[in-house]
Formats: sequence, C-alpha cells, structure tokens
Amino acid sequence: MKPLRIDARRLLCPMPVIRLQDALEPLPVGSVVEITATDPGVQNDIPAWCRINGQRLDGIEQRGNEYIITVTKLCDD
Amino acid sequence: MTRKAVALISGGLDSLLAARVIQEQGVHVEGINFFTGFCVEGHTHAIRKKDKDKPKRNNALWVAEQLGIKLHIVDIVEEYKDVVINPKHGYGANLNPCLDCKIFMVQQAYQWIRDKGFDFIITGEVIGQRPMSQRKETLPVVARESGADDLLLRPLCAKNLPPTLPEREGWVDRDRLHDFSGRSRKPQMALARQYGFEDYAQPAGGCCFLTDENYSIKLQDLWTHRGEKRYELDDIMLLKVGRHLRPEGQSWKLIIAREEGETRFLSGYKGQFQSLRTLSHGGPLALIDGPTLNDEQIREAAAIVARYGQGKTAPEVELEYSPPGGDGRSVTVAPKAPHEIPQSWYLV
Ligand code: SF4
Repeated sequence: MKPLRIDARRLLCPMPVIRLQDALEPLPVGSVVEITATDPGVQNDIPAWCRINGQRLDGIEQRGNEYIITVTKLCDD
Repeated sequence: MTRKAVALISGGLDSLLAARVIQEQGVHVEGINFFTGFCVEGHTHAIRKKDKDKPKRNNALWVAEQLGIKLHIVDIVEEYKDVVINPKHGYGANLNPCLDCKIFMVQQAYQWIRDKGFDFIITGEVIGQRPMSQRKETLPVVARESGADDLLLRPLCAKNLPPTLPEREGWVDRDRLHDFSGRSRKPQMALARQYGFEDYAQPAGGCCFLTDENYSIKLQDLWTHRGEKRYELDDIMLLKVGRHLRPEGQSWKLIIAREEGETRFLSGYKGQFQSLRTLSHGGPLALIDGPTLNDEQIREAAAIVARYGQGKTAPEVELEYSPPGGDGRSVTVAPKAPHEIPQSWYLV
C-alpha cells in the first residue's frame, strides 16, 4: 500500500503529532503514513504517541534537517 | 459495566494524579490534551540550540505513558482565540484568561464524551491552588458554564465539593477520593511518592505562556500596533523566539535571533516577512514585522541588527535586506552604538 505523505516541516511539537493523529484517524487499519518534520522533538514524541495509542512505528530516517517517520495504523481510535 | 472517563491532561502532576486515582477504581480512563498554541511544551527547547541537551519530551505524552492510557491531542488554536481575545471573566495577573480557559476546555471535553460515549470528565483541579481559576467560588462556575455540571469530577479535592453524579451513582467510591486544598504541593507530592511517580514536570507559573509577564508584554504590543486584538498561530509562535525590539513610535519591530537555532527557526519565515541578514560579518537573522519599510527605515533597522553581529564595533557592516519571499539587496550601514538603542525599545 502506498503511504499517505504528510508535510509537517517547520511545525513545532506537538503539531506534527496532531497532524499524524488526525491523518490516521479516518484511514483503515493497515494504512501507512509517512510524515516529514523538522522539529527534532518528533524523534521522541511520535514514538511515544505510537506506544501510547497502539500504533506501529516503522522507522525514523534523518535526512539533513528533516526527519521522515513511517507509522502503520494497527487499531482504530 | 466498566465506566469510562476522560481526563484533561496538561502534562503536570495534578492531572497525572487525578487520572490515576480514578483508574485505581477500575474506571477506563483516556486522556485529552488541548493544543492552544500558547503551551509551554518543548517549543523553545526545539528552537534554541543551547537547550538541546535538555529532554525534549512532551509532558502530556509522558503522563499518558506513565498511566498507560491513550491520549487524544486536540488542536483548538482557532476556537481558542476568542477565549484569549474576549475573556468573559477577564485576565489574571498577565494575559492569562484562566477561568474562561478552564470553562472552554471542560466544554470541549464535555462535547468529546458525548461524541465518544464516555461517562464523565476528570480534572486535576484543587481548591485554592491557583488564584484565578481554582478558587472555591470558581470551581462551580467551571462546572456550570461548561455545561458539564455534575459530570465533572475533581478527584483531588472532591471531598470538599458536593458529590457529583459518578459518586452518587457509585461509579466511583467517594471515600477513596481526596480533600486537598490550598497552595501547598505537599499532599500531591506525597501521593506521587505513594504511586511511585518520579521525574514529573513542575511548571512554575502555569501551564502556558500567557502567565508569563514578558510574553504578555509582547502580545499586548502586537495588539496595540495592529490596532486590534487579533493573532495567528505564527504570531504567537514568534513571540516565543528571539529578541523583540520596537524603535520608539515605529509601526514595525525587529525579531532578532539570539543564537543559531533561532536563526534557523526564523529563516523559515522569510517567505512571509521582510528580513535582514549580515553579509560582511557573522551575525543573526532578523525578521521585520510591520508594513514595508522605506529606504530610511531599512537603514535604521539594519544599523540596529548590525549591533548584534560580530561587526558591532566595525565602522561599516554590510547586510542584505529581503522583502517577503523576494530577492535581497545589499545595505551598508554603521552599526548603532549601545546607547543609541534605549532600553525602552526592548520588548523583553
Ligand atoms: S495557565 Fe494558560 S492553559 Fe492554564 S488555565 Fe491559565 S490560560 Fe489556561
């Protein structure tokens, strides 16, 4: 499945987390979202959000000043 | 039947404890956290390089993880503007509309529990803890004006208040709730120890930048010079960053980065703002907030910015002035001497 891409560059935490959460909400279980952010805080916040809400963090990749984070939806709400 | 409650999670100790007290009674608890744009969360840490070593955790997420509960973060930036601009109950010591803010958040939570089929709302409020929003007279105001009424339970001080519906219906045992009151933090700290919570956040002033005097001065200045009480998310983010300087009587102000991290952050706004950057020496990036400057004003602004770069004692400094999103042009000026920048220009 092609991931849904979200651009959260320049947004400060927790905005990237909110963008991810709101993007995942309407999607069916199994969907993949790839979010690009520049706030280094996402390296902590998005994994924490995934752990808390039962979603799967597939990976964090750093390219220059950007963080590309991939998350798979495992459950609703 | 397991009852369900939503806890307002600010990221501080009180909401952490309140949620745990109710969780312990077998109630299913989930958290809700509101993002207003003024939250003290990691922002300045994310921007300022010198703070890089401090943990950048988001306290609300941390609290939820300690409790093992889900956390729903709700963006209320737009709706919240009216709370800040027109607070029915007025402001606290600074531009903090705490009572209206509490009412608004509980109102939002009340809507949320109705949408999601939850039974009641929990907050970490304690009678007498904060001068404005947590007085004995104001707690009922929050319950009433939010519409939540007796579906709003404050586990840390419930025994000092009339029983709410969850207590009367036996969804929670009132005897196992608390009777905290006053400004002392000792009972909370003791309870935290009992539950084994360590390393929790203890914000000094309050949960947001509106309780900060310097921040409120900058916000008031923004409103005064716009001629109206209005703001966008970018405005209130920028008030958290850099040195803000308004030369006397001017309709424009400078936002001058104080270090590299801030320069990087401010450079993201070059498409929306006029900007100045030092070319001949090392120096900070500055944004100009206000109408398009004429040549004389650009030279004035450049001379101020030059003062904060490595060329501050040089006879001349070359800078680049750029209009929003446009190509830059060079300006050469003599940096201002310290006495030419009066203290009154600084919006601390
Ligand atoms: S400190 Fe800020 S977030 Fe907290 S109640 Fe007051 S206005 Fe609301």
